Amino acid sequence: MKKFSLELVSPEKLLLNKDVTMVTVPGSEGDYGVMAGHTPIITTLRPGVIEVYEADDHTVSDHFFVAGGFAEVTNERCTLLAEDAVPVAKLDRAQLSDEAKALRDDLADPAFGGRADSEAKLVIVQAKLEALGA
Amino acid sequence: MPSLKDLKNRIASVKSTRKITAAMKMVAASKLRRAQEHAEAARPYATRMARMLDTLAGNLVVSESTPRLIAGTGKQDTILLVVVTSDRGLCGAFNGSIVREARRQIRQLELDGKQVKLLCVGRKGRDLLRRDYADKIIRAVDDVTNRRVAFSSADDLATTLVAMFDAGQFDVAHLVYNRFKSVISQVVTVKQIVPVKPAAMQDSAPAVAPEFEPDEESILAQILPRNLAIQIYTALLESAAGEQGARMSAMDNATRNAGDMINKLTLNYNRSRQAYITKELIEIISGAEAV
Repeated sequence: MKKFSLELVSPEKLLLNKDVTMVTVPGSEGDYGVMAGHTPIITTLRPGVIEVYEADDHTVSDHFFVAGGFAEVTNERCTLLAEDAVPVAKLDRAQLSDEAKALRDDLADPAFGGRADSEAKLVIVQAKLEALGA
Repeated sequence: MPSLKDLKNRIASVKSTRKITAAMKMVAASKLRRAQEHAEAARPYATRMARMLDTLAGNLVVSESTPRLIAGTGKQDTILLVVVTSDRGLCGAFNGSIVREARRQIRQLELDGKQVKLLCVGRKGRDLLRRDYADKIIRAVDDVTNRRVAFSSADDLATTLVAMFDAGQFDVAHLVYNRFKSVISQVVTVKQIVPVKPAAMQDSAPAVAPEFEPDEESILAQILPRNLAIQIYTALLESAAGEQGARMSAMDNATRNAGDMINKLTLNYNRSRQAYITKELIEIISGAEAV
């Protein structure tokens, strides 16, 4: 299989930089897969899971959760600029459920101030839980 | 002429100062290493962000709906200077050189008839600039570079900047910070952050124009604040590393100077002691002769 170089970076560090066969990316208008020679495209990301297929195109070698960001695909590489990227294996279901519950409680309170902020956080936490369920 | 006791006390106090500066130097050295690692780790994201922005800007046709963060307001009347300094002192000329550059910029801009506003990051810069330009400081943030610089604090700053920009409070923003060149040298750098000036803006568009999803403008609208945050983040990291480097060399100098001082004082002390003994001997001898 033809490979291409994949880079996954978050503001704090470079998480991944290697040659892979395929990667699926949670684009804000739908998931899409990238293989070598993909047409150049720039998209935004929604909270979701990046699946990395290193050796061939049907075994997933790595899962990463991203809270958002940008993806740039050119003929020879794919660059993912992620916000808050973590390997799915490092997510903790119990802790996330607690967080989701706390956020929902906050939002249930009509006098609560930081509504937009908490709603955005809740979307991310729920997406993380979904990532674990999949 | 100080007495022997005075000299002894001086020597003891300089010795303890030397101990403190030597310890501070070592603390700064270990903090410096960590700060450098952080700065290093943030670099890949920044370079890739710049590359993506170049691609976007290279294909950009400036129109009515182009985000103003890249197109500018069309005016250059109000300039915002974001001055990045440290929260703590004892780091040589680190803060002084930043503040000097900021003052120079303010004078120059005012000569050109522009209005200047200041946003101070770091306690030292705020304290130094408050003396002359208290009315220009519209906001001061501190406690950012003390511990590990978090991306969220840079993000908060960027959000504030974007809100102020959208409210029309300034047209152009410059970042004034110390770029970390090496442990002994920090370079005062002035960088324009708003509107964004991508390197490749004038270059011809890349051979293949990429597709955009959603459209180019909504991507730009999202990526520009992000880019601003990362620019600030890199500057904060560089500044934090520079601060530790500056402190390290300042404390190294201080330790060496204290050593010199101790040598001089000890020489002085021994001389006075000798003189004192000689004087006493002469007194005894001349007393005995008189008998």
